[in-house]
Amino acid sequence: MALIRRAGRSLSMLKRSSLFHGKQKKQRQQPIVSPSLPNLTPHLPSSLIRLQINTTYSAIPRGISSCSFRSSYIPNRLLTSEAQPKLPDEGIDDTQFLDFPGVKNTAFTCDLKFVSEKSEEVPCYRVLSELGEPVDGAKLPQMADALALRIYENMITLQVMDYLFYEAQRQGRFSFYMTCSGEEAAIVASAAALSNEDVIFAQYREQGALMWRGFDLQEFAHQCYSNSADYGKGRQMPIHYGSKKHNFVTISSPIATQLSHAVGAAYSLKMDRKDACAVTYFGDGATSEGDFHAAMNFAAVMEAPVLFICRNNGWAISTPITDQYRSDGVATKSRAYGMRSICVDGNDALAVYSAVKSARSMAISESRPILIEVLTYRVSHHSTSDDSTKYRSGEELSHWKVMRDPVVRFRRWLEGNGWWNRQKDTELQSHSRKKIIAAMMNAESMKKPPLSDLFTDVYDSIPTNLKEQESYVREAVAKNPNLYPSDVPL
Amino acid sequence: MAFFARASPSQAIRRLKDQSQFLNRLLCSCGWQNRSIATAVDDAKASVHSSVESGGKKRINLCSAINDALYIALDSDPRSYVFGEDVGFGGVFRCTTGLADTFGKHRVFNTPLCEQGIVGFGIGLAAMGNRAVAEIQFADYIFPAFDQIVNEAAKFRYRSGNLFNCGGLTIRTPYGAVGHGALYHSQSPEAYFCHVPGLKVVIPRSPTQAKGLLLAAIRDPNPVIFFEPKWLYRLSVEDVPEGDYTLPLSQAEVIREGGDITLVGWGAQLAIMEEACVEASKEGISCELIDLRTLLPWDKEIVEASVNKTGRLLVSHEAPITGGFGAEIAASITERCFLRLESPVARVCGLDTPFPLVFEPFYMPTKNKILDAIKASVNF
Repeated sequence: MALIRRAGRSLSMLKRSSLFHGKQKKQRQQPIVSPSLPNLTPHLPSSLIRLQINTTYSAIPRGISSCSFRSSYIPNRLLTSEAQPKLPDEGIDDTQFLDFPGVKNTAFTCDLKFVSEKSEEVPCYRVLSELGEPVDGAKLPQMADALALRIYENMITLQVMDYLFYEAQRQGRFSFYMTCSGEEAAIVASAAALSNEDVIFAQYREQGALMWRGFDLQEFAHQCYSNSADYGKGRQMPIHYGSKKHNFVTISSPIATQLSHAVGAAYSLKMDRKDACAVTYFGDGATSEGDFHAAMNFAAVMEAPVLFICRNNGWAISTPITDQYRSDGVATKSRAYGMRSICVDGNDALAVYSAVKSARSMAISESRPILIEVLTYRVSHHSTSDDSTKYRSGEELSHWKVMRDPVVRFRRWLEGNGWWNRQKDTELQSHSRKKIIAAMMNAESMKKPPLSDLFTDVYDSIPTNLKEQESYVREAVAKNPNLYPSDVPL
Repeated sequence: MAFFARASPSQAIRRLKDQSQFLNRLLCSCGWQNRSIATAVDDAKASVHSSVESGGKKRINLCSAINDALYIALDSDPRSYVFGEDVGFGGVFRCTTGLADTFGKHRVFNTPLCEQGIVGFGIGLAAMGNRAVAEIQFADYIFPAFDQIVNEAAKFRYRSGNLFNCGGLTIRTPYGAVGHGALYHSQSPEAYFCHVPGLKVVIPRSPTQAKGLLLAAIRDPNPVIFFEPKWLYRLSVEDVPEGDYTLPLSQAEVIREGGDITLVGWGAQLAIMEEACVEASKEGISCELIDLRTLLPWDKEIVEASVNKTGRLLVSHEAPITGGFGAEIAASITERCFLRLESPVARVCGLDTPFPLVFEPFYMPTKNKILDAIKASVNF
């Protein structure tokens, strides 16, 4: 009976203790499966190991199941150094405190039960209805008209730039382009919620984030025309932007490789005690890459202030999410990494802004990574090399294009506030169009980067083998100048 | 109470130490007698280029020399980090012993077991202006990080037009045979990385070289893969300058002068080649031995000059012969010295098989094979 009393007292003590993790919620009475108490693990102090308990089902206080008993009973039992007389090996086998090093907060169970494949439901956060009206009960973020208008103007400029650059590519003026139709709110509103000190590691469809930071239309045009003013010196395909002064790290084509870079950068920001985080954008397809797993796990373990912003637009080129993953979306994956996440309606600019702003604040102040799944839809083709009518229906496309346009939704909200009207819209479109065409004409008139740029920046200085190869190439060009592009200065 | 929830840190460390002792035993046990155990090529005449702060020398092995270099790197630059699997407690080869205690677990730390994550993390850290020294526990396990190394680290500067770079990244990784490492603890994957513009590939032969070259690699403004000959971690012992010094990258070194044939190698293989040179000299053949030290970008000029003098070239490496870096040297030197060559360029390398366990003595480019090739070349 002394044992019973001790056990009961221990439990009530532990219930008040913060060390008690509340794992006892599934309290049920059931038969004991095995009569013997297993040996405690050898690394426990010998004085504790000597202690043996013989307790039976009836000895357990009412309401405490054998299965849940471990977390309350055993640790306290172990606190005593008083050895008990060895009793017959009868009792329960599931009262042992779970001390496998692989887990922290879990309990033994004698239920043979598998974890369900179904994700716990992650609701999708939104504050504006499709009509651009506040959803009932929604707490709208504080957003001054100047900021709201700037976001809207950015989205319109982005649309016009995408349209004109896409057409330019179709006319053969440059080799490749990708638009972000349908995802304007997801990209621009998320960028608007960041500080310019936050370092962005983008995928390739986030030109809106760079535009938000002030990369101007001329700079975009120079890059797409691969001319001598392209910061990348004409080496990469169009849309592979980068800007040091805008903390936007140059894009590379491989999918998801930038995610772990963001973690490393975030760790650096944390060590330097900067009031900034790293931000990485990627699509739903990227979540299947090993680098996604690597980065998520590293970020959680390193407690790195990084925002993982997944534009889940439903398509990875032609692959729908049904062929991509079996989880219910992406946000749910964060739990397994021990990371917070939120799922947001990516076509609701206000919700995106609000979610990213809160996430950023948590990431920095608590030094933790956050996964933000932004649900949206890729209205555009994957790129100029893709024809999406081959794999998705016109009805589906027109539904998203016409009925679910994120820019229209945001405009309706602006109009509802009396901040915007149709005339202003027409003027903005026309103004953007003129500026972009001027930028394109200027970019087109510029020379290509010089041949010497072929050999620089492989290393910080040019090694001997590259010097030799430069001479070799120059000789080859000198012999057959007509075989080489005439617009590349020698 | 938390003590009971999981193994305490001290228990974890004890387990890891046991693991490490096991690995050390693994390295130092059977199989070694098959390869005569010489320390690496005598490095007494190694040129120490930059100033040595304290004039003293200390007799240490290659593992300690690496540890010494990492200590100096961490001590001399507060923006330097050392990380990788099991690095926190000192590493499975003990190369990072004591560093976390001295510099804190935020600058010297364990990472999850994920090579692509280690390198990707290192690239991001380096891109922010830090010196990121990443460890890949065995070169055999570097391949999950291949994409990060080849597509990201190597191209970071070029693709951004020099706006960004990850030049502060150094990837340390133990490579090569140990007598019983079999397929996955023996490989020499340097040739894969020598095919990647933007990377530097460095392999030291001795403690003095390891310390000076590693410090140079860490401070070089380009991503460097630093292969450490794990065979020599304990075996190669010499007097190493105690202070801070670097040795130049992309400069080979003639470590034995001779007039009849040029031998080119790197890392642990040089010790075997040196023995073959000694044997050959007994038969009146004078060999010149060159340590390439940096494989990418490599010092063609010094090899060219030597072959122009000797008229013969032999290259030797542990990696499989086909597509190995020896092929590159053979082709380049044939182009440059064709009329001077008096025999075909000889390659004594690993076989085109996976690295085998019991057949290792057959697989390896051993002293007798090199000696035979030297004689064949001279008598061609």
